[in-house]
Amino acid sequence: MKNEMKMEFDAISANEAFARVAVAAFVSELDPTLEEISDIKTAVSEAVTNAVIHGYDGLEGGKVNIRCSIDQDVLHVEVMDKGKGIDDIEKAMEPLFTTKPELNRSGMGFPFMEAFMDDLEVLSVPGEGTTVIMKKKIGCIPWIGDEE
Amino acid sequence: MSENFKVIDNYLMVRMPEEIDHHKSSYISENADKFIVREQISNVVFDFEDTKFMDSSGIGIILGRYKKIACFGGKVFAIHTDNRIRHLFMISGLHKIVEIMD
Repeated sequence: MKNEMKMEFDAISANEAFARVAVAAFVSELDPTLEEISDIKTAVSEAVTNAVIHGYDGLEGGKVNIRCSIDQDVLHVEVMDKGKGIDDIEKAMEPLFTTKPELNRSGMGFPFMEAFMDDLEVLSVPGEGTTVIMKKKIGCIPWIGDEE
Repeated sequence: MSENFKVIDNYLMVRMPEEIDHHKSSYISENADKFIVREQISNVVFDFEDTKFMDSSGIGIILGRYKKIACFGGKVFAIHTDNRIRHLFMISGLHKIVEIMD
């Protein structure tokens, strides 16, 4: 099975819920479990929140692009912004590291993406933007059940 | 919306919304802080009964309030947490500072 969708929306916090629900709806044809849906929604929410508050520094006018594809039983999600980019990706991905503690950020965005998806890749050029690429295999657990 | 915040003795009860994300988080943090300062609150109880979704913004809300009250000996509690929320607490290390009550 192959399927693809792309969307673009304003980088404002109100769209964080829209983005995670849209990706969750797209993946529904793979018949994910409730836990898998929660995992995907959390990871997408983290990536889009990063674009809004870090990529564009909370300023309006920026756009976030999401490209999703399904290849067999694997979901690929790319979240792109054309914001300020990340100077030190390794540092940014460390648990509890945040550049915005005054906004009550926990520094757990990337660690949550890593915990809930099977693969996470972060590409960023300072001044040009950031792309987060995540993959998740859907439906591993029921398959083991079927075998028995 | 202030019915989501209730003061009982020196405890602030915060009823968390259905979805906790960055969009909702500043409202919760700002209001909780207002009560903490105005009513000289020492402990905060977060009630997750209605919560169906939470991302790391929820961790930030709790951590931020903990930092405000911990230096005065205050504690942070969580009630009505489901497996998912307890799992998020575990990954972020928050279970070390939040008392989870059933």
